[in-house]
Amino acid sequence: MTEHNQLPLNADDNLSEGDSQLFRLRLFVIGASPNSIRAITNLKNICEEHIKANYELEIIDVYQQPLIAEAEQIVALPLLIKKSPGTERKLIGDMSNTAKVLKGLGIYSES
Amino acid sequence: MTKLHKKQQLTTFDQLPKTPTGITGLDEITGGGLPKGRPTLICGEAGCGKTLMSLEFVIRGATEFNEPGVFMAFEEKADELAANVASLGFDLFKLQENKKLRLDHVHIDRSEIEETGEYDLEGLFIRLGYAIDSIGAKRVVLDTLENLFSGLSNQVILRAELRRLFNFLKDKGVTAVITGEKGEGASLTRQGLEEYVSDCVILLDHRVINQISTRRLRVVKYRGSQHGTNEYPFLIDEEGISVLPVTSLKLEKEVSSKRISSGIPSLDSMFGGKGFFQGSSILVSGTAGTGKTSIAASFANEVCRNKKKCLYFAFEESPKQILRNMQSINIDLQKHVDSGLLEFHASRPTLYGLEMHLVAIYKIIKRFKPSTVILDPITNLITVGSVSEVKSMLIRLIDFLQDEQITVMFTALSLNTVVNEQTDEGVSSLVDAWLLVRDIESNGERNRGLYIMKSRGMSHSNQVREFTITDNGLNLVDVYLGPEGVLTGSAREAQKLKEKTGVALRDFAVSRKDKEILRKRMMLESKIASLQAEFESAEEELNKMYLEDELKQEIIEKNRQEITNIRRGNVDAPKSKAKTKK
Repeated sequence: MTEHNQLPLNADDNLSEGDSQLFRLRLFVIGASPNSIRAITNLKNICEEHIKANYELEIIDVYQQPLIAEAEQIVALPLLIKKSPGTERKLIGDMSNTAKVLKGLGIYSES
Repeated sequence: MTKLHKKQQLTTFDQLPKTPTGITGLDEITGGGLPKGRPTLICGEAGCGKTLMSLEFVIRGATEFNEPGVFMAFEEKADELAANVASLGFDLFKLQENKKLRLDHVHIDRSEIEETGEYDLEGLFIRLGYAIDSIGAKRVVLDTLENLFSGLSNQVILRAELRRLFNFLKDKGVTAVITGEKGEGASLTRQGLEEYVSDCVILLDHRVINQISTRRLRVVKYRGSQHGTNEYPFLIDEEGISVLPVTSLKLEKEVSSKRISSGIPSLDSMFGGKGFFQGSSILVSGTAGTGKTSIAASFANEVCRNKKKCLYFAFEESPKQILRNMQSINIDLQKHVDSGLLEFHASRPTLYGLEMHLVAIYKIIKRFKPSTVILDPITNLITVGSVSEVKSMLIRLIDFLQDEQITVMFTALSLNTVVNEQTDEGVSSLVDAWLLVRDIESNGERNRGLYIMKSRGMSHSNQVREFTITDNGLNLVDVYLGPEGVLTGSAREAQKLKEKTGVALRDFAVSRKDKEILRKRMMLESKIASLQAEFESAEEELNKMYLEDELKQEIIEKNRQEITNIRRGNVDAPKSKAKTKK
C-alpha cells in the first residue's frame, strides 16, 4: 500500500549521522495554492536566515503523488516534515509564524 | 433480504434515491436506506455502536450490494478494526484484497504537529479522493471527524474545511456516513456542525435503566424522505446490528380460521366447542397459584399430541421443575421433549435486556419453527423494563408470530386482584383471546374461577366456570348458581349434597303418600263391595217378596177357580161367573 520510493534522502542517512546539523526537510504542498506558495517562500526565508547552506529541502506536490498522502499521514497542508536532526517533527501551515517554525525545527533554542 | 431492499428501493425511487444499508431493520425505518450520494451523520456517545454501524454499512455494501466502500478511520487502526469485526464474520483484509474495501487510518497527534499559520485539509481530500477513485467506491465512512478537532487547533479553518468536505463528498457522488460524538447538552455533535450539513442524522443511544442496558436508535432528520421517528431498540450480536422496528408498520397479516384445542375439553366448549384460532395470541392471566402454568402446559401437551412443535419459554421455573410439577396433574411433557416436539428455554428475565430476550426468542423460533409458542410468564419481564417497554416488545413479538402463523400463549401474573384493572403489561388489548383465572374466596376457602374476558371472532361462554386441578388433569366445572348465589368448591359440593338429601326425602314422602292412597282405595273398594253386597241382599229380599206375592196371587186365583169350578160344575161358566163377581 505504501511505497517509500519518495525518499531520496535514505542514501544520505550515514552522512546525516555524521553531520547532525544537516537539516533534512520535506515540504508537502498542493500545486500553486496561496498557502503553498506562502509556505514555500516563508520556509525558504527562514532556512536562508537561520540554517543557511545546512539544509536539504524537498518540495513535493501531493496532487502529483496522491499515494504519498496516505503513506505520510498527511491531513493538513502545507506540511513540513523535519526528518533530521533529532526526532521527526511535523509542522503545518504557511510557515508565517517564524517563531513556531524555528521551535518546530529545533533551531530556536540554539540561536 | 436483498429482494426486499430492491422492492423498497423501487417504491421509493420517485421520492429520493436511497442506498440500502443492509443492516437488519434499519432500511425499514428509513424507508429504503440512507440518502444516496449524500452525507449521513451517525452520532452518539462513546460505545453506542457508531463505528460498528458505519463499518457494517460499508461491509454490507461491498458484500451484498456490490458497492465498494472506503472506510477512513481517525480512531482505530486498520488491523484493530479488522479484529473487531472478525468476530462478526467479516474479513476486512479479504475485502481489501478484492478491491471492495479500502481502509485508511488517519493519524493525527497534536503533540507531533506544530501549527505555523494558515493551512487547509487538502491532504485529507486528496487521500479520500484517491481512495474513492482507486476502487470506484460508492460508500464512504469517516469515523470520527471529532479527532480532527482534537488534533488541530484552528477551529475556524476546521469548520470551513468540514463544510468543504461535505460538499466534496456530494460532488464525488458517494453515500457518506460520518460518525460524530454526542456533544454537551442537547446538541447532537461536539461541533454542532455536522448535523446541519448532513442530509440524514441518526442518533444512537445507550441507556442503562435498572442495571440493564438497551441500545436505541432514532432517525433525527432525513431530508426529503419520510422516516420512522420513534426510538427503535437495536442490538449488536454475532451477526452485526439488528434494529427492531416497534411494529411491522402494517397490519396486513394472513389469518387462519382453523381452530386448535386448548387441551382442556371443557375449556374448548367455552370457545364454541372448538378452541382457539390457529395463529392467534392467547393471554392467560391470574393471581398467584391459580394454575396459569398448568393451563399452558396442558396446551403444550395438546399441541405435541397432535404432532406439532411447541416452544416453551420459561422465565420463572426451570424445565425440570415444570416437567415434575406437570407430572402431578397427569401431564407427561417428558415424552414430548424426548420426541423433539417440545423444547424448553428457560432464562431469568434479568439475564439480559428485553431486546436481547426478543432477539433470542426470534432466533430460537426461526430455528425451531414451532406451531405454538408459550411464554410463561411475561410478568417477570417487567423486572427488566417498564410496562411500556414490555408492551412494545410484546407487540413486536406478537406481530412477528402472527406473520409466521404461530399461536402464542402468554401467561401473566396479575398482582392486582381487581380484574377490571387490565394491567397485564398492557397486552390485553393486543391478544385475541384472554382467559382470566381468579380466586374466588368464600366460606373460608379459596377456589379458582375461570372465565373468558374476550375472544375475538368467535362466540364464547360468558359463564364463570370453576377451574379444578385434579390428579387427572385440568377440568372446568359449572359453578353452582343457587338461591344463595354462586357457589364454588366445597360449598358447591355441600349444596349438591343438600339437594341430594332433599330429593331422597321427597322421594320418601311421595312413596308414603302413594301407599296411603293405595290403602284408601283398597278401603273404599272394600266398602263399595260390602255395600254392593248389602244392596244385592236387599234386592234379593225385594225380589223374594215380589215373587212370593205373585205366587200367592196365583195360588189364590187358582184356588178360587177351583172353588168356582167345584160350585158350578161346568168348565165354561167360571169365566163369566168370575166376571160377574168382579
